[in-house]
Amino acid sequence: MLFSIKNLHVSIGGKEILKGFNLDVNAGEIHAIMGPNGTGKSTLAAAITGREGYEITEGEIWYKGKNIIDMSAEERANEGIFLSFQYPVEIPGVSIQNFMRTAINAKREYQGLPPVSMVDFLKTMKEKQAMVEITDKLQNRFVNVGFSGGEKKKNEIFQMAMLEPQLAILDETDSGLDIDALRIVANGVNQLHTNDNAFIVITHYQRLLDYIVPDFVHVMYDGRIVKSGDKNLALELEAKGYEWVKGLMG
Amino acid sequence: MDNTDNIPETLKRRILDYGDELLKRKAGEDTAKVTTLRNEALEHFSQNGFPTRKMERWRNSKIIDNLSESYQLYEEQPSHDRKDFCCVIQDFDTEVITMYNGRLADDNILRTLDNGIIIGSSRAAMIQHPDLFDKYFGSCRTDEDNGFYDINTALWQDGFFIFVPANVTAEKPVQIIKLIDNVNNPLIQTRNLIILEENSNLCIVDCDDTMSNNASLVNSFTETVIGENAHLETYKLQNLNNETVFINSNTTKQLKDSSLMSCIISFNGGMIRNNVHVDLDGQGADTQVYGLYLMDKKQHIDNQIRVNHNVSDCNSNERFKGILDDEATAVFNGHVYVAPDAQHTNAYQNNSNIILTSSAKVNTMPFLEIYADDVKCSHGSTIGQLDEEAMFYMRQRGISKANARMLLMYAFAAEISNNIKIDKLQERIDDMIKRRLKGELSSCDTCVFHCNTPKEYNFEIDLSKI
Repeated sequence: MLFSIKNLHVSIGGKEILKGFNLDVNAGEIHAIMGPNGTGKSTLAAAITGREGYEITEGEIWYKGKNIIDMSAEERANEGIFLSFQYPVEIPGVSIQNFMRTAINAKREYQGLPPVSMVDFLKTMKEKQAMVEITDKLQNRFVNVGFSGGEKKKNEIFQMAMLEPQLAILDETDSGLDIDALRIVANGVNQLHTNDNAFIVITHYQRLLDYIVPDFVHVMYDGRIVKSGDKNLALELEAKGYEWVKGLMG
Repeated sequence: MDNTDNIPETLKRRILDYGDELLKRKAGEDTAKVTTLRNEALEHFSQNGFPTRKMERWRNSKIIDNLSESYQLYEEQPSHDRKDFCCVIQDFDTEVITMYNGRLADDNILRTLDNGIIIGSSRAAMIQHPDLFDKYFGSCRTDEDNGFYDINTALWQDGFFIFVPANVTAEKPVQIIKLIDNVNNPLIQTRNLIILEENSNLCIVDCDDTMSNNASLVNSFTETVIGENAHLETYKLQNLNNETVFINSNTTKQLKDSSLMSCIISFNGGMIRNNVHVDLDGQGADTQVYGLYLMDKKQHIDNQIRVNHNVSDCNSNERFKGILDDEATAVFNGHVYVAPDAQHTNAYQNNSNIILTSSAKVNTMPFLEIYADDVKCSHGSTIGQLDEEAMFYMRQRGISKANARMLLMYAFAAEISNNIKIDKLQERIDDMIKRRLKGELSSCDTCVFHCNTPKEYNFEIDLSKI
């Protein structure tokens, strides 16, 4: 198994947000996690990626045979865990090109490899930008500064393509996207999806799942998964609404 | 009154006694104008003394409280070695002036270059070119009563002098390498005069460094006159020990269509005060004043920037940025004045700070004083910590916490260093900024450019072209 969360309890400032979360993900699978606002979806993403301030009070997160809860955020990233941010952060003064080169070389160093050559790096940049239909102009701009909502999300998928993670978490990647950008982002994800990697797609709406077809859909409520099923569960949820989820809690 | 609790009073009396003696001794050498100004300044200092913290512009200054009784007015010049002055920037071809404890250290203390540019000692310029000297000396206004100006005007012995005649473009930058040997706790008065006649161009690289760890007070005053359609670029690099009090005062007068680009980079220094005063006296004048300060320990930096738009159609842009660690403190006071008839003024000022600890402190006050109605003026200031969101974003991409911090700090600082127009100098300064941010650059015991490792410093990550 590539990734497994067992009975995860996470608190922020003493308030428990995740209350016994379980999830098993095999390589090659796409899992969708759906649920209403404030149910702990973004907390889950933060806990998996090692954000500080999220206290794991109980449970384990297993990835490639290791419990990663004591790893730093950068170690987890270099082990191949990637988060596409719901709100990508602007970094004035740092160009995308140098940001990516720094990130790739950090990963290569972690793997004991020499830094990437400039020629190879630029070639890869060009290929991956084409995948998400990003123009060359963006590469010299500062990270996310002045980007439209669509450009920011495309930039996330571009970074994912550059870093080639084994486990990618897409946190509300569809929010703020028009239908064209949604299609481009989804195409990027589908091209990157192989039998060796896995995706966890966090979303409010079924719409994204028309483009990125999940193997499993999990409905999350109040800090844990309350129902799992195949892609039809998303349609059922869309039809019945989140009030139905509250009923499931019984 | 005569006790250590009142150092300014003790020091004031010693300065006045020394000044009386000096004026008698030097009476024969000075020009009439210099003599008059010395007398006036000494009289003014006798009445007003050092500034106090009751004055608005000194309210947040730590300088007055940190003057030392030990400053020597009659300093013996320690011997020095020529090689201390060498510059390690490769292929950086400059016309060099060297100064040692405030006095010219070149063999030829005043030289005239082929194109008529005169560079060297201000004292020698006063003696050899009295008419030219008197025409400009003391012609720049200041905006405040300031005892340090008085002391400098009354007691100055030497400094640098640069004259660029009309229609001449200096082929090479003029580099002034100033070393302070603090061993005898000197009180140094440097008086500098820069003159650009009409249609001339000049670039100055001005380096201040200390050579030992003793206390000293360096009171430098530079007057600059930029003639019509003349253009001056000036870079100041400050790398001083933690015991030095460095007062760097600059008053500049700009005529029609002239431009000034000033960049002050403060790497190190116990107490630094940069007074920058610019009078825009001719239409179409443009002034860009940039500053970067990287302070730690108990260091204190105080930037006082005043730009007077005295006539219409001028531009000014002030940008100062700082990163403060440990218990360092910074003061920024930006003041733009727009005279009643100075329509179409374009003025901007900004001060941004990153504080890395809860004990570092910044007092920032951008200020606009506008008496014209058709102007575009704005200001802003920020004090913040490193952006935690950005830190996590970078770490999630695999960049280590230390490198993410560096990347953010360097990107912040580079907004200032990117304005340096000489590539070689920019590379060197960027390298020094990185070393400083990594905590590896302290005030070396030699010049800023004599660092022990002249080869380019390598990071784990390449930040050179962010």
